Amino acid sequence: MLPAPGPEPVGAPMPETPRLVRRSGGRVVGGVAGGLADHLGVDVIKVRLAFVLLSALVGAGLVAYGLLWIFTPGGADAAKPTGDERRQAIGLALLGLGLAVTVGWLFQGTAANVIAPIVVVAVGAALVWREYDVAAPGPRALFGLPARPSVVTWSRIVAGATLIVVGLGVVVLARIDLSSLGSALIAVAVTLVGAGLLTVPLWLRMVRALNAERGARIRNEEREEIASHLHDSVLQTLALIQRQAEDPQEVLRLARSQERELRKWLFDDTAPAQSSLATALRTIAGEVEDQHGVKVTPVTVGDVAMDPGDTGAGLPKEHFTALLGATREALVNAAKHADVPEIDLFAETEPHQVSIFVRDRGAGFDVSAVPADRRGVAKSICARVERRGGTAVIDSTLGRGTEVRIVMPRTDSGSSEPDEVEGDDEPAAASVPDTHSSTRDHPTG
Amino acid sequence: MRVFLVDDHAVFRSGVRAELSRETDMEVVGEAGAVAEAVAGIDAAKPDVVLLDVHMPDGGGVAVLSGIATGPVCLALSVSDAAEDVIAVIRAGARGYVTKTISGAELADGIRRVAGGDAVFSPRLAGFVLDSFTGRSPVPEPPLDPELDSLTPRELEVLRLLARGYTYREIAESLFISVKTVETHASNVLRKTQQSNRNALTRWAHRRRIE
Repeated sequence: MLPAPGPEPVGAPMPETPRLVRRSGGRVVGGVAGGLADHLGVDVIKVRLAFVLLSALVGAGLVAYGLLWIFTPGGADAAKPTGDERRQAIGLALLGLGLAVTVGWLFQGTAANVIAPIVVVAVGAALVWREYDVAAPGPRALFGLPARPSVVTWSRIVAGATLIVVGLGVVVLARIDLSSLGSALIAVAVTLVGAGLLTVPLWLRMVRALNAERGARIRNEEREEIASHLHDSVLQTLALIQRQAEDPQEVLRLARSQERELRKWLFDDTAPAQSSLATALRTIAGEVEDQHGVKVTPVTVGDVAMDPGDTGAGLPKEHFTALLGATREALVNAAKHADVPEIDLFAETEPHQVSIFVRDRGAGFDVSAVPADRRGVAKSICARVERRGGTAVIDSTLGRGTEVRIVMPRTDSGSSEPDEVEGDDEPAAASVPDTHSSTRDHPTG
Repeated sequence: MRVFLVDDHAVFRSGVRAELSRETDMEVVGEAGAVAEAVAGIDAAKPDVVLLDVHMPDGGGVAVLSGIATGPVCLALSVSDAAEDVIAVIRAGARGYVTKTISGAELADGIRRVAGGDAVFSPRLAGFVLDSFTGRSPVPEPPLDPELDSLTPRELEVLRLLARGYTYREIAESLFISVKTVETHASNVLRKTQQSNRNALTRWAHRRRIE
């Protein structure tokens, strides 16, 4: 009954024959008839009728249906059958069942005793299989059942199991003496327990092998993820550096931005996004590094979150942006005018205030000697902070460098420290147990 | 000055060796790429300063520090500047911590300083110490013993300036004290950081299943 693929010329490349699949969305029982109809390009009703007629041959159609159900994979279609089609198909299925039983009965009276229960068993099995069928849509939980089994699911399973037990029971009980049922049941139970006990080591080994395999797979996946990240970032940058080896400025810039990116990936991945002052400052430092080719060394002590909704927890949005804007201005000024390769950035969040220091050891300038009309830059730092109630002082000595000190008082009572990540949130237990992994579950302070 | 290198990357070791060979007063007396090898090599070579990598496959800097006798001073030299690593290796007894992006001259200077008994603080390290003493450290730890561990206001001041990137000399000028005093303050900070919790470190290590 299985549709044998047409004879193929030996040695010729395989033609693009579509694989026989069952309907999974548009199925009524198992989706076999629909799948077959799709595959053969005929009307589904003809296929169903063929199954019904075959069923008349002492249940051959039923057997064929069952075998096809078992051996063909589920398809990817989603269209549901219409109500009419469903009713018609169910009617045909019942007709097939009835035909099989009747014909069996008519032709061979004794065989009916066997065929009828077998049909019952088949119906029960079909009910249960339908629930476990992996081709059905929806998430799966333990043992392939739908993740959230409904009452219908359970009732189908229970009904199917009952049918199977009753059917088998009829077959068996027709042959054996009822009085010996008790001892037979005990024998079965004892055999089952014995088999269970004997195979305990086997089960344990299977479970262990399964766990080991899963661990290996997780490790492998992690390794692949790391490899692909390194490929996308580090290897690419190294290739760029090799090509631009004669331009030391560009090499430095590439190396620094790559270092920062990798560091962030390795050590910082749990840090909260934009709303953290420390993270925002590090981002700014990185941007200035990239745009102006200087090295910015950010050090942050404590942290405070932005408070966009004015809830009183965290730094108000205006203060937050003023601090960041002034800091960026100071960093850019130092990068442009100080003529040094390195700038220090220090930020400390205390309960009553936030202080930020930007410092370079560059040329420096005489603050008092700067003409009044050229103080726009200083103003854009100081005025921005002062508008929000803070202070900014620029301290510079010729030849000794410049320091910009920004202090912003906090009005949020200081109770808004962002939750620190606790030390016990280990990464996935099966991760590679090297010493490096221990650095990955903390944001850098 | 006799220096011993511990790092699991041979290329990095040879790089450091080349950098230090320019310094006339320094001599690399040995190197090691693993913990056991390092402990044996340090005990045999008796160096003045050990340059110690923090991350190695078999335990790293903390394991080496707990394995060697208290002879040579150790300067941690790591690519990582994550708070956890820095604080763990300082608590285990390192006298300083610098990152591998440091220049050769700065490294040589750091080696001289730790050999002379000072603490070598990077601004980042100072930031972590500040964080950990104000209870905001990302590395959780039990409350400190106030009598033994609290930093004096002066030490906090020195620490803040260090975190801002000031050199010892600049701190001395801005606080009107001698460089020697600044060094004493820094050393005190480091001593307190170490002393504050050797048991915390043991617990930390135990929690991380390092030992």
